[in-house]
Amino acid sequence: MQTPAPCEYSRATSVDDAIAQLQALGGNARILAGGYSLIPMMKLRLANPGHVIDINPLESELNYIRQEGNEIRIGALTRHVNMLESDLLSQVFPHIFREAEAVLADPVVRNRGTMGGSLCQSDPAEDLSGVVVALKGEAVLRGPGGAERVVGMEEFHLGPYMTSVQPTEMLIEVRIPTHSGFGGAHEKVERRAGDFAIVAASAALAIEGGRITFAGVACSAVGPTTLHIERAEKALVGQAPSEDLFAQCGQMAAADCSPNSDGRGPADYKRHVAGVLTTRALSRAAATAVS
Amino acid sequence: MGATVALQVTVNGESHDSEVPARMLLVHYLRDELGLTGTHVGCDTSNCGACTCLVDGESAKSCTVLAVQCDGAQITTIEGMAGPDGELHALQEGFWAEHGLQCGYCTPGMIMAAADLLERRTADGPISEQEVRKGLEGNLCRCTGYHNIVKAVQAAAEASREVAA
Ligand SMILES: Cc1cc2nc3c(=O)[nH]c(=O)nc-3n(C[C@H](O)[C@H](O)[C@H](O)COP(=O)(O)OP(=O)(O)OC[C@H]3O[C@@H](n4cnc5c(N)ncnc54)[C@H](O)[C@@H]3O)c2cc1C
Ligand code: FES
Ligand code: FES
Repeated sequence: MQTPAPCEYSRATSVDDAIAQLQALGGNARILAGGYSLIPMMKLRLANPGHVIDINPLESELNYIRQEGNEIRIGALTRHVNMLESDLLSQVFPHIFREAEAVLADPVVRNRGTMGGSLCQSDPAEDLSGVVVALKGEAVLRGPGGAERVVGMEEFHLGPYMTSVQPTEMLIEVRIPTHSGFGGAHEKVERRAGDFAIVAASAALAIEGGRITFAGVACSAVGPTTLHIERAEKALVGQAPSEDLFAQCGQMAAADCSPNSDGRGPADYKRHVAGVLTTRALSRAAATAVS
Repeated sequence: MGATVALQVTVNGESHDSEVPARMLLVHYLRDELGLTGTHVGCDTSNCGACTCLVDGESAKSCTVLAVQCDGAQITTIEGMAGPDGELHALQEGFWAEHGLQCGYCTPGMIMAAADLLERRTADGPISEQEVRKGLEGNLCRCTGYHNIVKAVQAAAEASREVAA
């Protein structure tokens, strides 16, 4: 029987209350969102917070998906199931969110697991982080006194299980720029249903007048964080979409990622899969963008 | 032990007031404090779904939820599925009729996850094999090979449709 180590528990009554509690507890506390990463880690003693602050009472403040101007804003406590089922997300970003959420964990986990928890866990194999990296989303962090800062994913994810969120800060929202002529796709290879990826690739394109005007490519589980494949993005923007071009981008992803050999497969295999999935995701994203 | 926290939950329609350690998992509360041992612990690592129950109507892996998080919540476990006179729930009927179990270890979790799946479903028309398989991805069975579990859930969905029609 696995049980977390003894700890204290409190509920947050608002975002600012949660931050005040984090501040008062001086680095000994952790935010509890869906709990599907934190509680298993506490059971294994990989996380040993003396205190957990439950933000689940903040549904009305932090669970939302809305459009504001040229941005989609997603609250930190938005559940995977909400993103899977969101008509707004599938209209504005076809089909990247729905594809990623459909293969992320399983329906029971998706009922409670959150946007904020996924990003803050900073697991390099995360599907949703890959999507946010590809879409060049930004994280809104709030600290003591209501001070907010907005950071890009490069700055947000520092390494495996490490983010730039300070002990007295909370992630409150993710902001994602919208594009006309958008198409996206998420490709994943997993050992079995509901598992983390062996490799996953997220592709986001905007195509207008036959030219690629925006490109985002990210790979999961092949580096210290969900990796941004910058070389491929640079190669795409301004070009006309073509299978040749997407094949070249796949080669770049394979070359630029840095997988480890582990129980999910040897590094050279993962490198190969990263290339194949990147090409596939780009070509499906392009088909959606021009349709 | 860490401080204890007051907890009020309604489990299968019955209200309970308890003082529990903050670290106590919901599955341990249900099994060890309330004696509701129908909710099983399989993997203890959030993977197998044997511990699935409904928290405010939504399926949750109770080995991955703190009991105190359920303060004020309505919880349904497998013990709460049958009617007051013991008549089986459509899903229980389905598992019985279609041989949806062998050892039965995974069955309570399967039934609770299937209850969420059927509850959420907006499409009319019979539920497809694929829909059931996707819907139960969070629940592992080491015995049956899943075929009869899928048939059991389809049978239950069909029976509920007939009742509704
Ligand atoms: C069986 C299983 C399979 C899974 N498979 C996949 C998969 O295939 N793909 C995938 O991408 N993910 C998978 N996951 C992970 C799932 O997506 C988790 O739900 C997610 O990683 C964490 O979200 P959470 O809300 O549960 O976070 P929690 O566990 O509550 O928190 C995770 C971390 O983030 C911190 N945190 C949470 N919210 C905030 C916030 N707002 N501000 C600051 N810090 C915060 C917590 O303190 C903690 O350190 C799986 C999980 C399980 C149990
Ligand atoms: S015991 Fe909870 S998921 Fe396996
Ligand atoms: S019937 Fe034995 S585990 Fe499913």
